[in-house]
Amino acid sequence: MAKNTLSSRFRKLDIDEFDENKFVDDHDEAVDNQGPDGTEIENLIRIGDTMTAFHLALRNPPLNTKNPAVKERALAIVLRVLTSFKSSDIEPAVKSLDRSGVDLLMKYIYRGFEKPSDNSSAILLQWHEKAFAVGGLGSIVRVLTARKTV
Amino acid sequence: MAYHSFLLEPISCHSWNKDRTQIALCPNNHDVHIYKKDGTKWIKIHELKEHNGQVTGIDWAPESNRIVTCGTDRNAYVWSLKGEVWKPTLVILRINRAARCVSWSPKENKFAVGSGSRLISICYFEQENDWWVCKHIKKPIRSTVLSLDWHPNNVLLAAGSCDFKCRVFSAYIKEVEEKPGPTVWGSKMPFGEVLFESGPSGVSGGAGDGAGGGWVHGVCFSHSGNRLAWTSHDSTVAIAEGGKTSTISSLSSETLPLLCVSFITENSLVAAGHDCYPVLFVYDGTKGSVTFGGKLDVPKQTSQRGISARERFQNLDRRATSSETTEQGLESLHKNSISQISVLEGGKSKCSTFCTTGMDGGMVTWDVKSLESALKDLKILFLCSQSLKSALKDLEIV
Repeated sequence: MAKNTLSSRFRKLDIDEFDENKFVDDHDEAVDNQGPDGTEIENLIRIGDTMTAFHLALRNPPLNTKNPAVKERALAIVLRVLTSFKSSDIEPAVKSLDRSGVDLLMKYIYRGFEKPSDNSSAILLQWHEKAFAVGGLGSIVRVLTARKTV
Repeated sequence: MAYHSFLLEPISCHSWNKDRTQIALCPNNHDVHIYKKDGTKWIKIHELKEHNGQVTGIDWAPESNRIVTCGTDRNAYVWSLKGEVWKPTLVILRINRAARCVSWSPKENKFAVGSGSRLISICYFEQENDWWVCKHIKKPIRSTVLSLDWHPNNVLLAAGSCDFKCRVFSAYIKEVEEKPGPTVWGSKMPFGEVLFESGPSGVSGGAGDGAGGGWVHGVCFSHSGNRLAWTSHDSTVAIAEGGKTSTISSLSSETLPLLCVSFITENSLVAAGHDCYPVLFVYDGTKGSVTFGGKLDVPKQTSQRGISARERFQNLDRRATSSETTEQGLESLHKNSISQISVLEGGKSKCSTFCTTGMDGGMVTWDVKSLESALKDLKILFLCSQSLKSALKDLEIV
């Protein structure tokens, strides 16, 4: 055979990089949600009003920013709220959300699973069970297919 | 509901002939097998061997009795029945990736092929050269075209693609047809024009979560062509009405993603997918909302017998749950994902039977009337005036 078929260096080349019609994902940074307000939520948790803290935490999700710090901050706040809930309060909290709220909650739950801390997994699993009961498999599929992640 | 198991392999795609006595399907290999109905049995009468890659799309034109097939070998063949044998004619699609789906236009003078080359090939027959010629629709498709459906006016084509959008294109070929009249989707229709493109989110996206959605697996025009439905990989189903560009009603379902969808009346659609059973959705035009109508697979009622203590502990040991139901397998007729749905009788306006094929190699024909009576909370809305109009139109054509 010809000598030029022996080398396999060409396999390391990504030919799609040279394609003019390559798909470039356009992410617009237009709507810049900064994530929930940490101090206000801390206060609400301290006085015991976890339900309001919950709703506040789920507002303004930083879906569009490419800044990981903003996303980390928002995630930390939401996890703080979720872990401060008593087990019996979880179900009414989930019931108070609409369909897109349940999807957003699922996104945060799965993000929370990524970095388990001492007792976060247990409470997150309880949240997951309740959210799954309302959202079904579709809400989990939407976490997997969402292009704007939390 | 008759379940027939053709093979143990998935059925990649299927298509019926005009009087529904024969079905052409691809048994997950390079061939197309044609089966003929004989009483309750199915006998294989033809094997169409020409493709070099898996056949991904089959469409059987009812009037002209031609079959078009497309495959991963980047080719399409048009088969005509000469005597007792099907003879293929190669169609050069000029694509450099696999073809994914194919569909004859309503007048059967052209067909469209969606492919992984990020374009749609519209092929028509040129009389002078005795050859099939194709034209490409490229812009603004940015990924594989997964599904196609023609509008009844023979010019507009809906395409669902992996770039998360569903679009309506004009596939007007001046060599084979007259200029089309205006429709609700637009009045200027040069070839390749995009008349509709679904946005990144439906109107019901609400705050924040108007995410990009998923691959659009199935598209379907309604019988009149005024409505377009599509299902996508983020478990949503959406319907758009032509003319009012901002009314896209979508429903985020609780099921796994739906792979195929078809209108069965002007207001209701049946969709099926990875959950292995078809579901019904009802669209309310006045409110612009899609609602879940019900699961269409009624499982056999197994007798609820009591569970002994021994069985309870055994279940706990085996499955970590002491639940009563012994759900060893799926309760639905199909045992694996349903990949394609086709209307058998009644057309898309008053469908009375439809058929589904799936990855379990089986085919089920569903009867709408018996489904209606079996499921009391099934709501199939019939808009009287519209169904009458379309019934009269059917009479004219036939």
